[in-house]
Amino acid sequence: MSTPVTAPPALVNFTVDGRPLTAPPGTLLIDACKRAGIEIPAFCYYEGYSLQAACRMCLVEVEKMPKLQTACTLPVSEGMIVRSETEQIAKARKGTLEFLLTNHPLDCPVCDKGGECELQDMVFRYGAGESRFTEIKNHAPERQWSPVVFYDPARCILCYRCVRACNEGMGVGALGVTNRGVVSEIVPNKVDHLDCDECGACIDICPVGALTSNTYRYKTRPWEMQHVGTVCTHCSNGCKTTLGVRNDEIVRGNNRDRSGINGEFLCVKGRYGFDFTANEQRLTSPMIRLNGRLEAVSWSKALGFVAEKFKSVLAAGGRFGVAAGTHLTNEEIYYLAKFTRAGLKSSNIDHQRTGDVVTLIDALGGRQDVLATVEDLYNTKAALVIGSDLSQQHPLLAFQLRADARHHQAKIYTVTPGPVREANYSASSLEAPAGEEFAALDKLTESLKAEKELVILFGDAIKGDRVRQLVAWADGLGIPVKYVCLVDYSNSRGAVDLGATPNLLPGYQPDPAPGLSLDQILNAADLAVFWAVGANPLRGRELAAKQAFVVAQTMFLDETAQRADVVFPSASAYEKNGTVTNVTGQVQRLKAAIRTMGTKTDLEIIGLIAKEMGLATVAGVWTHDAVFKEIHKNVHGYQVPLPLLITGMAAMTQPVNGGVKVDVRVDEIRSAGDTLFTSGELGRYSKLLTSVPEYPGALYKR
Amino acid sequence: MTFSQATEKKLQDIWSRYPEGRKRSAVIPMLMYAQDEVGQVTPEMIAEVARRCEVTPLQVEEVVGYYSMLNKERMGKHHVQICTNIACLLTGGEELWQHAVKRLGIGHKQVTADGLISLEEVECAGACSWAPCVVDGYEYHHHVTIEKLDQLLDSIQKKVQ
Amino acid sequence: MFNEPHPAEVKVISKRFGLPNSASIDTYLAHEGYQAFLKAVEMTPEQIIDELKLSSLRGRGGAGFPTGMKWSFIPRDNPKPKYVVVNADESEPGTCKDRLLIENDPHQLIEGCLIAARTIGCKLGYIYIRGEYRYLIDIMDKALAEAYAHGWLGKNIKGTGLDFDLYTHSGAGAYECGEESALLESLEGKRGVPRIRPPFPAVSGLYASPTVLNNVETFCSVPAVLRMGGQAYADLGTPKNGGTRLLCVSGHVNRPGVYEVPLGFPMQKMIYEVCGGIRAGKKLKAVIPGGSSSPVLTAEECDFPMDYDNYARMKTMAGSGGMMVMDEDTDIVKVALRTMRFYAHESCGWCIPCREGTTWLRKILTRMDEGTGRRADIDLIHELAKNMLGRTFCPLGDAAAMPTIAFVEKFRDEFEARLRETVVPVTSPDQLIAIG
Repeated sequence: MSTPVTAPPALVNFTVDGRPLTAPPGTLLIDACKRAGIEIPAFCYYEGYSLQAACRMCLVEVEKMPKLQTACTLPVSEGMIVRSETEQIAKARKGTLEFLLTNHPLDCPVCDKGGECELQDMVFRYGAGESRFTEIKNHAPERQWSPVVFYDPARCILCYRCVRACNEGMGVGALGVTNRGVVSEIVPNKVDHLDCDECGACIDICPVGALTSNTYRYKTRPWEMQHVGTVCTHCSNGCKTTLGVRNDEIVRGNNRDRSGINGEFLCVKGRYGFDFTANEQRLTSPMIRLNGRLEAVSWSKALGFVAEKFKSVLAAGGRFGVAAGTHLTNEEIYYLAKFTRAGLKSSNIDHQRTGDVVTLIDALGGRQDVLATVEDLYNTKAALVIGSDLSQQHPLLAFQLRADARHHQAKIYTVTPGPVREANYSASSLEAPAGEEFAALDKLTESLKAEKELVILFGDAIKGDRVRQLVAWADGLGIPVKYVCLVDYSNSRGAVDLGATPNLLPGYQPDPAPGLSLDQILNAADLAVFWAVGANPLRGRELAAKQAFVVAQTMFLDETAQRADVVFPSASAYEKNGTVTNVTGQVQRLKAAIRTMGTKTDLEIIGLIAKEMGLATVAGVWTHDAVFKEIHKNVHGYQVPLPLLITGMAAMTQPVNGGVKVDVRVDEIRSAGDTLFTSGELGRYSKLLTSVPEYPGALYKR
Repeated sequence: MTFSQATEKKLQDIWSRYPEGRKRSAVIPMLMYAQDEVGQVTPEMIAEVARRCEVTPLQVEEVVGYYSMLNKERMGKHHVQICTNIACLLTGGEELWQHAVKRLGIGHKQVTADGLISLEEVECAGACSWAPCVVDGYEYHHHVTIEKLDQLLDSIQKKVQ
Repeated sequence: MFNEPHPAEVKVISKRFGLPNSASIDTYLAHEGYQAFLKAVEMTPEQIIDELKLSSLRGRGGAGFPTGMKWSFIPRDNPKPKYVVVNADESEPGTCKDRLLIENDPHQLIEGCLIAARTIGCKLGYIYIRGEYRYLIDIMDKALAEAYAHGWLGKNIKGTGLDFDLYTHSGAGAYECGEESALLESLEGKRGVPRIRPPFPAVSGLYASPTVLNNVETFCSVPAVLRMGGQAYADLGTPKNGGTRLLCVSGHVNRPGVYEVPLGFPMQKMIYEVCGGIRAGKKLKAVIPGGSSSPVLTAEECDFPMDYDNYARMKTMAGSGGMMVMDEDTDIVKVALRTMRFYAHESCGWCIPCREGTTWLRKILTRMDEGTGRRADIDLIHELAKNMLGRTFCPLGDAAAMPTIAFVEKFRDEFEARLRETVVPVTSPDQLIAIG
């Protein structure tokens, strides 16, 4: 059987304002113009969402058509002659804006959107200088729909972007339209309040100040902020977020510039969950336990104290145990792992593992191009989600699949222990308790064999030999398959990649002298030093070694810090430079947005301890640039193109296992099962996340 | 939410008219008949219709807000609708409206204190050639004069006493 | 309930109106009922459509689109189910004819639907009746039950092998649902907001399937076309304007009523003979000829044969056949205001020019009527209406703009006169605040 070769469709030729243009058939005129640098104004048109033709701003003249046409609904056709800059068009735009302003309040001086308002910009460019409207404006009072969302119906221009963003983009459908005519307004799903993801997509997409966020409302003007593009520090999806910063305070997060792997997507954590950085419980001074109580001391005293202790334990051949955090930067993890092994002469380093990346890399050993990227999830023809409530646990990945189904009719399959949102549009959604997934998968085999390709996303129920079993099963489908091993936090993946495991060196190289795993460390009665770096392993657990000297690098006085002998106040990811690796293995750059007085980055703290111990040369220079250079040079799979990183893009890593099997200790791999509204240790300190009525949320909720 | 036997039968009959997977079509007629029994559209009714028609309550809410005959506020036992659109305007509809407002002391979409009568100034009711017209509930009255309107209101008020 | 017939009428679709029990199936069957359908069963779909084309029957709902052509757009090879939908959402001000057709002869409508179903190969249809017409829904439901009982609906109709189910569907008060795509949205249980077109209902209508959607009167005319033959039906009217139609005359005439006349019937004759002239010996001032959306005609303009083409020549519309006659005492500003109040109330709110334009115009016209108009208002009304015209999402914007433009252009003097009666000069304090 031969595959028919389809020639790319011929381009359509058409003319706009005398300029000959071409575009693929089916392209909407408004998009074709945009690509050619011709602006057709529009409020309701929004790429990626359904067409409305409601705002009438995009009207253009098309030859042989008697009436003005909406460029947002008109596909280009061969020989079409379009005019967008005639007197008639100018008049139509001006007229429509004049209509729009009749009931829109002119409270721009206090409106949050002032300076970023599409209506302001349109009136400036296309509108009249004065209003002929002298009647009384319709008014309706502002409403608060949730701790996040405020709605001001008077400002609303009814472009229905929010409705579509919620319904189509998020798959939530929490917003609708009620009433009729001039008193039409947007209405939330619970009559006077919202029950939704609280993601704020509706707010960001609002072209005017009708939807505003409680976090940013009346706080500042857009031009008074600095805008810092960095990566969200909550879940593993690695969304780019642009933090609006004023006076060392983060006042908002969004990604309106559509940079990064997530485009405009962010969930409630990415948009509003930054507030933990300003929590009043934030630690701002090192502390040493004196007479049983933690007392604030100077940095030099605390560093010296720890260095002395580490040196004596090292000299005495005592046992170290190191717990690495999963929100640390790649540089911090690499540096910590290196210092632990080379400086402290120990491989007793681990982190809380949440997915079995190690076995997957091993099972796929030798294959190229089998790990899916975030972008792949938007383009794949089929995807299979196993054992994850994706919309809750991996909102960006879920968003991508939803968009893929909507735009490309991709077929989505799920096998989960309970109901998931994906079932609303999936080709098949099967429920199977954890551990019984393969029976369900067998039912899908025939359908999947008929697909052209597949991306499999699997959660922590698939680990150890079950990963190998999955790969073997997928091999049997006879179609190209790519994988995503789901992990929990912003750098859970980097922690595995860069050596924060007891038996693997950075780049999945076997450690010749494997150390203790996290559970083994916590259970080792003879441990002399326990050092938790950006991690809180003692939450709900005891350290078996009662006499161990405990050092905690942390933002808050968490359970580990409460047990600690020395506490170092560390900087959050929003206060750091460096890189992180997301769930799909894509590296992105962090950019420090603020500084919190009294804190230091974990990299600096580790470096200073090393220096105090006289081991600076062993550990190396503790700047993220220097460490990244070393990673880039030495770590297999991290030879990523630097221009991508520098320009704030995501670079795919290529991890390769050397064929060496290690004991992954499957019993220690477990996801924390965070929902959209919880975020491990960080979520506890986000007042916004804990204040929404949907908190804490639940997975597989019916 | 439960309805009288007659209404329940009607609702089920309506529901059965639409193909499988298209039950959303029943939303509007079901609301109309349910409202006739209850006297207004209530949140429970919205939830019930949503459940039966396999849509979200929000999707029903959107519809309720749109159609002028669906009222979330309770109207009078007799909802008296007076048309003042052009054909009726030309033949005295405006005067009928003013008269009713004055006599009952209530305005557009308001209800008398006893809950008996509500008034609504409606758009063209489709009785132009027999204008002016007044509609009591679903009952049309044509060629209405002030006298005839008074008789109608008298009879409504007398029926109660 | 209907007026006395007039000898000048040509009764085709209203001919059974006066019969005892005219709505019953027995009466219908005794008077040629369902014979056209049986004839249609013997014809091919192409033959039926050809007869319709020959009859030059045009849609009686407002737009006047040729019915045969509309039915011919239904794709035959589309595997989706096909639907027949009747637009009985009669709500164009001035129109009250579909009411009579359903009340007096519901089986004629059922037969029209049957023929449509047979033509396009459809098994299911709905009659969308405006919610206010509850009593008509009851009449229609009764007629449908009769038709089922007599085997004219349901499975294997009269042994023809054809299946067809037909149901009523109640609206809930929205003029906009008279627009065909908004009607379909409403029939699907949604807000009555029109759809982006193309695709048109013939290709993607109810449940995104091919749908024949016509006005009640159009469907009612179909059996007559098949019974008489397309040519004979066409010959009743003028070229390209076949047959008869119901005209609803209201306002200041001596005998308002619904009359069936051939297309091309003279307007003068309609007003002065059929309807007995203007009330109380007054003079004619103006006529709104085809429902409130049609531009007004001055007395001098009211002299032409009423067919689609001549309405167009007069720069107005045949519309839905609602003729509202106004005598010399009529206050045109009030009529203009009432018209705009209607459109502002009925605008679905989807698009900006209609939503905001109708309300703004309503506010200005209200002021003008109340005596606080300003000289600039007259031109402003005219210009704002022009700013809506042709720029809205659906025809409702045009329906609001066209009559307004005509009122101002043809009766400017009345608007000017209102300024002289102005009781409150300049702007009120409220308005000054609003300018802010």
